[in-house]
Parts: sequence; C-alpha cells; structure tokens
Amino acid sequence: MTFLGMPAGGGNLTGTPFPKAARGALGDDQLRRNLAKATSTIRTKRASVVGELPDWAELRLAGAAIKDEVLANLDEYLVRFEEALTSRGTHVHWARDAEEANRIITDLVKATGTREVIKVKSMATVEIGLNEALADAGVHAVETDLAELIVQLGNDKSSHILVPAIHRNRTEIRDVFRREMAGVDPDLTDDPRALAEAARKHLRQKFMTVDVAISGANFGVAETGALVVVESEGNGRMCLTLPRTLISVVGIEKLVPSWRDLEVFMQLLPRSSTGERMNPYTSVWTGPTEGQTSHVVLVDNGRTATLADPDGRAALRCIRCSACLNSCPVYERTGGHAYGSTYPGPIGAVLSPQLTGVDKNPTLPFASSLCGVCYDVCPVAIDIPSMLVHLRSRVTESKRATPESTAMRAVGWVMSDSRRWSRLIRLGKFGRLASRHVPLPGWSSARDLPLPPKQTFRDWWESR
Amino acid sequence: MRVALFVTCLVDALFPDVGKSTVRLLERLGHEVVVPSAQTCCGQMHINTGYQGQALPIVRNHVAAFEQADVIVAPSGSCAGSVRHQHADVARKGGDEKLAEAAEDTAKRTFELSEFLVDVLKVTDVGAYFPHRVTYHPTCHSLRMLKVQDKPLQLLRAVEGIDLVELPDAETCCGFGGTFALKNSATSTAMLEDKTSAVLSTEADVLTAGDSSCLMHIGGGLSRLRSGTRTLHLAQVLENTR
Ligand code: SF4
Repeated sequence: MTFLGMPAGGGNLTGTPFPKAARGALGDDQLRRNLAKATSTIRTKRASVVGELPDWAELRLAGAAIKDEVLANLDEYLVRFEEALTSRGTHVHWARDAEEANRIITDLVKATGTREVIKVKSMATVEIGLNEALADAGVHAVETDLAELIVQLGNDKSSHILVPAIHRNRTEIRDVFRREMAGVDPDLTDDPRALAEAARKHLRQKFMTVDVAISGANFGVAETGALVVVESEGNGRMCLTLPRTLISVVGIEKLVPSWRDLEVFMQLLPRSSTGERMNPYTSVWTGPTEGQTSHVVLVDNGRTATLADPDGRAALRCIRCSACLNSCPVYERTGGHAYGSTYPGPIGAVLSPQLTGVDKNPTLPFASSLCGVCYDVCPVAIDIPSMLVHLRSRVTESKRATPESTAMRAVGWVMSDSRRWSRLIRLGKFGRLASRHVPLPGWSSARDLPLPPKQTFRDWWESR
Repeated sequence: MRVALFVTCLVDALFPDVGKSTVRLLERLGHEVVVPSAQTCCGQMHINTGYQGQALPIVRNHVAAFEQADVIVAPSGSCAGSVRHQHADVARKGGDEKLAEAAEDTAKRTFELSEFLVDVLKVTDVGAYFPHRVTYHPTCHSLRMLKVQDKPLQLLRAVEGIDLVELPDAETCCGFGGTFALKNSATSTAMLEDKTSAVLSTEADVLTAGDSSCLMHIGGGLSRLRSGTRTLHLAQVLENTR
C-alpha cells in the first residue's frame, strides 16, 4: 500500500523490459562465459567460508532481526542518527527522491568551486544517477573503485552490485584502459597486476589533487552517528581522509542500532559477498577530520513506500552482499544489464519494483523461476521467492483484463470444481491444447510437449 | 495406513502413469489408497503467476477435498510445497481466516512421496528392481521449499540392479518455473540447455525426479535433441519389480 505523499523512487531504477533485455544478453556468448566463470568461482568461495562458521544459521537470523528492529522503528533511529551526526559537526540533509538528492549534492559540490570530485563506490549514488547530474552541472566525478572505474571509463553500465565490471574479462579491460586512460602505457598487458598498477597511478594523481569526495556507506550506527564503509582496495580510505569536503550519500535503511550490532554484519557481509573471512579495509568515521567539512545526505527514493508494505519491506534488510546474484541461475545467464536497474539479480527483482512502484517495473517480479536459491544464500534471510510471488500479484492486480488474466480466470473457474475439471480433461481439451500440433509460443522453440494420454488418471481410477 | 492420493492436475491430465505407479507402489507396501474425487489442482500456477485472488476458490476446493484424509501424499514436490507454504497465505490474503486455519491443518497432513516413504513409513528399500543407468535431478521446490534432502536418493540407492550416476550441477534449476518458461522463454531455454547437456554427460538411460512438471520440461528438451535418455518420475522407478 502506498500512501499519498510517499515519494516514488526515481533515478536509475527502470529500463528495458526484462524478457527483451535478457534476449540480447543471452545472445552474447562472451558475456555468458565471463559471467559463468566469475559467478561459479565466487559461489564456491562463499560456500566454503560460510561452511566454516558453525553458527551461521543463528548469525543470519540475528542479522535479519537487527534489521527488522531498525525498520520497525526507523523514524526513531533516523532522528537519533541525525542528532548524533549533528552533535559531532556533520551537516545532515534529507532527500525525498533522486532528484532532490542530486540537487542537494550538486549544490554542495558547486559551492566548493571544484570541477572534479572523487568517489568511493556507492550504490546509492548510482541509484540516483548522481554522476550524470554532476556532469550536467559541469562537474566530473571520478570513480575510485577499480571495477567502477572500468565501467566508467568504458562508458558502460554496472552489471553487478559488488563487481560492477563482472561482465568484462581482462582483455576487454585492458582495451578500455588503453583507449580511455590518459597517459597509460600503450603496451599495457592484460596481466591483473599490470592493470591494477595502471589504475593505481591514474587514481593516485586524483587523490592528491581533488578536494571533494563523495561516499556511500554500508552501515550507519544510529547510536553514535558513525558511518561504515567496507571495501577491498583501500582507495575508499584515501577518499575519506584526504579531501576537505566529504559528502556521504546514505539510504535511510542503512542504519543499525548500535556499534555492537556491527559485529554480526561484519561476519555476514564479507563471507557472503567476496567469499572472504574478512574484507581488507573497513573505515569507520564519526565526524569530520580536522579541517574537513562533512555532509550526510539521507535518501528515501521509494524506501518509505517499500516500508509501508508488510509483505515487501524485508527487501530493505538487504546489505548488498550480492550472494543472491552470484547464485541465481537467471542472473548467471542474462547478466545484470537485463534487469534495467542499478539493482540486478534476485534482490533487484524485488527491490526495484518496490522503490519505483510496480507499474514502472512490471516485468522484474517475473524474472525468476522461483528456484529459491537466493533465499538459501541470503545472509539476512530475505524470502525473495515469496516476495516475488507477492509482487506478481500486485502487478496483475494493477492491470486491466489481459488475455492472460482472462485465461487464468477461465482455468481457475474449471479448477475450482472437480466436475468441471474432469469434464475438461476427459474432453481432451487440455490434451489437445498441449499437443505438439498447437505450438505454444516460447515453449515449442526448444522443447517437445508430451502427447496427451488416451485415458486420464481419473478415468483409470474409476475403471479399476 | 489409509493414504489419500493428491494426484495433481498435471499427473491427472497428462501423466496418468505417474499416478498409477504411485498407487501401485503404496498398495504394494500394504497401504490402502483413496483418491478423493473432489480434488483438482493446488492452484500453484495461479499463485505463482500473480493471480492469488483467482487461486482462492481452488485452494478452498483443495482443502475441502482432503478434509477427511488422515494423510495426503502427492507425487510432486512443488504441489506439496504449494500446499505447505502458500495455501494458508492465499486464504489469509483473501480474508478467509477459517480457510487459512483449515489450510494449515491440510498442510500438516500433506507429504511429498519420498518424504512420506522415508519419514512417515520409515522405509528406504521399497523392494524395487530397475536394472538401468539412472541419474537424479533434485527439483528446486523439493530441494528448497520442502527440504527433502537426500530422501529420494536413499530410495534410489536401495533399488536392486540400479546403476545410479551423479548429475553434474544437479542443484541448479532446470529453467521450468511454471509460466516462467513462457514469459522468459529465452532465459528458460538457456537454463534448459545446460541441464540437458549435464544429463547427457552422465550417459544415463533414465533421468528421474520427483516432479512431473520439471520432467516434462527437461524431457521435452531431451526429446528435441533426439537423445536416448528417457524421463521417468521417481514413483515409476520405484514401482518396478523383478
Ligand atoms: S538480498 Fe540478501 S543475498 Fe541478495 S544482496 Fe541483499 S543481502 Fe545479499
């Protein structure tokens, strides 16, 4: 249920309908090979480090419970968070939607007079389309996360929440660097170390000269106003400490009540996302460093509306670990671009339609075979399959009669009464419909249909 | 024991042999099988395609059909899963609390075939004989919704003469997913292709599973490839004797 006045999410949350976008990706063999290799490697790693923890099931429930507690009392936690931030000298801004967030951030950046900002990888800023908004205002945003940088230089779109360039292999990355990175060695090889070194040189110069940084946050601690960024490369840390202005863009669902709660997530997140026991860098800050101005922009962009639906709100527990993407057989074959949103994969299929309203993303809830593996791997136990089913209902209910709904109604009428049902299957109508001679679009392209039997089970049973 | 068979709409209309095998197997084990004639379908297709409202009368019919049954057995993981995990919810959302409670009660009495054999009857050796090379696909709903674990494999391992071979990437979805196969046919086909090549790599004569729907999909793909591998429901393998 959405109440009037609840802002709908905008920004990069909507795209080409899934079935169509997926068809394009399915035809790209290189992409499918890249994805299959990357996801299967990380699946194996995840399974082995998760298997090491005997209390994983309990941790997972604890993670879910902490998040649920925050969501149930979000208004109070947000106020506490704001107070804590303000008391330590951080300026807090509230943004209803993508547009408002972009305006606030752009104004803050423009006020510093800079033409360039450095960024710590942040899903929220991708979600709201911040780089595009900054570009419109004449400000260039430089991504410092390696994979995000590859995507940016390649004029490409992220296709994974943790490994945005997962759809690219090393040779493709080398080509992007050679083409787009100013001053790069023209003989750069596709050796991972050489690639990382090239990126490091490129970024170091930015760290030393750019004075404004924009970050996201993996967690915000309501009690103390601390922000937490979890990363693997250390580039984020450079951004957080060196620049004189730091702007952090934080979705309002990112809070945890207290410092102690982080312990749970620091076990759940790295194992679920990169398959590591612990990530290399965790940065925590509770206010500006000396001589620094710090801002936090709290973004709604459809989150309050999501919170209002008791059957959908658990999607806001998500800690963006990407385990559900890496294990999803649909994601593995279509890649992230097919989902048309910043959030791909199973979580994207339930989160994006809720943030934007299902009318703007009506194909995403159907982009799943409901195999359930996403629920099994989710470290905060989001029951994505049930949520998909729920959202499918919201999609069909929001539409007027379609040929599908008419057919469903007719079949439903037959199936709610055994006499109608047995008459239908005895007539062989079901069988004839299902026979090979009537092509069922989409089905008969790759599979034969069984021939209808001469006798239904019912008839056999009665004749016995 | 008096066992009510929930034959499922797909088996009733398209795969009657699966129903017959289930009956014969249960009778061979010394149980009385009844088939409540008022049954039709679990309504899963409606629920999973987003027509919960239209599933409500189907759920009501199902609950009424099995009201008298002590124990209900279905040769389908996904239909048992729907009864167990979706019916009460559909009733509740439809505003019928009484039906929801009755559905919860039905759910408690409902078992998928391998669960019933192993957990309720406590048998793994059902006295079957099946001298063929067989591979097993654990369908998603059996695996994750019902958590049947290795019960089907325990039953298969006890079959005399069987040459049971492991299916590579067995736990990966075959791509059926009900209307998913129609709405996202290209993706579904890509998943099916990987599943059929995994099946072919085992050189099995027979692919077996606990769900006719997945078998229809994989079998349809194998048939299109003119492969020699047949699909048979678990009940059909277990029904065989010397
Ligand atoms: S839904 Fe769960 S598994 Fe998927 S990204 Fe979020 S936390 Fe990770």
